[in-house]
Amino acid sequence: MAVTDRVQTPPPDTNQRPRTTHVKRLAFSQKVSTWDVKLSPYLYISPFFLLFAITGLFPLLYTAWVSLHEWNLIGGQGAFTGFENFQFVLSQPFFWNAVGNTFSIFLLSSVPQVVLAIAIAAVLDANLRARTFWRMGVLVPFVVAPVAVGLIFNNLFADQAGLFNEMLTGLGLEPVRWHADSLASHAAIATMVNFRWTGYNALIFLAAMQAVPRDVYEAATIDGAGRLRQFFSVTVPMLRPTIIFVVITATIGGLQIFDEARVFDQAGLGGADRQWQTLTMYIWELGWGQRNFGRASAVAWLLFLIIIIIAMANFLITRRIATQGGRR
Amino acid sequence: MHSRARITALSAAAACLAMALTACGSGGSDGSDSAGVEGETGTEDVTLSIGTFNEFGYEELFGEYEELNPNVTIQHKKAATSNEARDNLTTRLAAGSGLSDIEGIEVDWLPELLEYPDQFVDLTDPAVEGRWLDWKTAAATTEDGQLIGYGTDVGPQGVCYRADLFEAAGLPSDRESVAKMLEGDWQNYFDAGKEFVAASDGVAWFDSAGATYQGMINQVQNAYEEDDGTVMATENSEVKDIYEQVLQASVEDDLSAHLTQWEDDWTASFQSDAFATKLCPGWMLGIIEGNAEGIEGWDIADVFPGGGGNWGGSYLTVPTQGAHQAEAKKLAEWLTAPEQQIKAFESKGTFPSQVDALDSDELLGQVDPFFNDAPTGEILANRATAVEVTPFKGPKYFAINDAMQQALTRVDVDNTDDAASSWDKFVTAVNAL
Repeated sequence: MAVTDRVQTPPPDTNQRPRTTHVKRLAFSQKVSTWDVKLSPYLYISPFFLLFAITGLFPLLYTAWVSLHEWNLIGGQGAFTGFENFQFVLSQPFFWNAVGNTFSIFLLSSVPQVVLAIAIAAVLDANLRARTFWRMGVLVPFVVAPVAVGLIFNNLFADQAGLFNEMLTGLGLEPVRWHADSLASHAAIATMVNFRWTGYNALIFLAAMQAVPRDVYEAATIDGAGRLRQFFSVTVPMLRPTIIFVVITATIGGLQIFDEARVFDQAGLGGADRQWQTLTMYIWELGWGQRNFGRASAVAWLLFLIIIIIAMANFLITRRIATQGGRR
Repeated sequence: MHSRARITALSAAAACLAMALTACGSGGSDGSDSAGVEGETGTEDVTLSIGTFNEFGYEELFGEYEELNPNVTIQHKKAATSNEARDNLTTRLAAGSGLSDIEGIEVDWLPELLEYPDQFVDLTDPAVEGRWLDWKTAAATTEDGQLIGYGTDVGPQGVCYRADLFEAAGLPSDRESVAKMLEGDWQNYFDAGKEFVAASDGVAWFDSAGATYQGMINQVQNAYEEDDGTVMATENSEVKDIYEQVLQASVEDDLSAHLTQWEDDWTASFQSDAFATKLCPGWMLGIIEGNAEGIEGWDIADVFPGGGGNWGGSYLTVPTQGAHQAEAKKLAEWLTAPEQQIKAFESKGTFPSQVDALDSDELLGQVDPFFNDAPTGEILANRATAVEVTPFKGPKYFAINDAMQQALTRVDVDNTDDAASSWDKFVTAVNAL
């Protein structure tokens, strides 16, 4: 709607200039065409920003408003409390525990994911029979719904009756306490995340690998570089922009991990000692479990700030890497 | 023009219907009012959705109702746990849409919903007056007399046990002797457990500290809140004593199978000889039967440690956001009638909360082949009369009890804390509510 508003804005301007002559009229049509050139691009991209304003910016600001109030999920708005919700949340051990868990799961999922995805891409880049089959194959886990992945992996990771622990005890090893030990639970959840996303990232890397000019490899071969040396000295450096892209998207996704962790047990709160409660799950617990939307919104805003800080750090690091790349 | 006129007529009709519905939804609806609405809409085809959790035992009844009312199609949405059903209900109440036409709710989180009576249709109706046990109806009635839910079942508890494992450990295994052995306080139950565990090969006495605690706390009049709703859970010595006693038995004496109720391991444990006894309210019978399919030896004793006890029990509500409130109310009324509730009991062991059902021969004559042909109807009716305490459950009961369950799990299952440090965390969690 706002788009049509903008298109209609020019005519009133013309009425304000009654002294225009015929020549000026021509000039006016020229003016319209310059407006067209100058404004149209913005109009074309405006749908995204309008949508963003409705679905992104408004909730963001509204959440800030809610976080400054007592606010019940069903009862609605209560008294204005200033920064009390923030103060309260920051003093909660569960909040800091959730921050730690989020980063732990994020690191355990992102790092192996990127490394594995590059390795898989390198294999797929080789001359394989039925190439398309393999390439589509790595994407299959991505199509499976996260909750379904959770259900399957829950069966595998059950502490007593799970397949993994039965295999471990079969080999004479101690079973891992997947739902009791904090780090073990993070590893299990990271496995689900990796299962889903590694193939997807591998395909992105594969596309980038195929864009690497083949003559660079030929030159490397002539220089006597083996396959492994070629991979580390040619392929990986050439993939740098793609790696940066994947790392950034993995960061944003990683800090918002919810589904896999929530379905990791029946209660969905992140364990009796909150061993695997992430920040988004903490928001859920406050907002829907305790129905305290004020506090939940405060945590949501803190998470937003954390993501901004990480994104800034990402930006600075990638800028350094990019300039290094330019110097070469 | 033509279509516009039709739309106007339609919306006017819709508005009239909405007004009629709200009129019967709020205030002290009299029978004639709601009957009028039913008369108008009774012949149209409607699809009614109903949300339940665990086992309500309604599956076959739906078919029966559809046969009786050919215009009605019933859609059943079943959540795995009560917590899941609560999350779903809360979220959709807040969103203002998406709820089923009938939503099953559990007594533990009923008090939270009583704070928002305008979200639920007032179900008071002369036709159902005196249908339920007084305390069952009282718990679902607001101060202004609005009834937000029709009672389905109550949870009088007996002790389910594995006769074969008892026998292997040299304990008496027939129903009467077991009842005699376990008659007494909780210490007596735990002492019997010590005897059993010492004589058996790695089989625990009960499944989980949390489940056993649930049986004990439901015998306390004011566990977490005073009658006016003031929270005093962390200062109540009764709660702390029970907490310590359960953990002493579970961890120090190792009587627990160290499982968390409803988790995958717990469900799977019924297929192995993990534990020998389990506190079982009526609705648990169906769950045991499902989880332990193919396992022989389960039985139920007409006894409960520390006097009688009621655990759980549910209601059917009709949310005001539903489109077919009159039909939904009719279905809820039909489902919770004594005749139907007895059938649900036959199917899944959900023990009726309807006065007329309690002394009916059909109920008392009920035997359950899975539990070694135990007269479950008679046993649970005895257990129901043994219930002396109706615990007060305020708006924060569910959240506090949840925190307590986690405190027990930390010590019993996860081993991340000892009893003292886990209690401290419980106190922190309650203070943060």
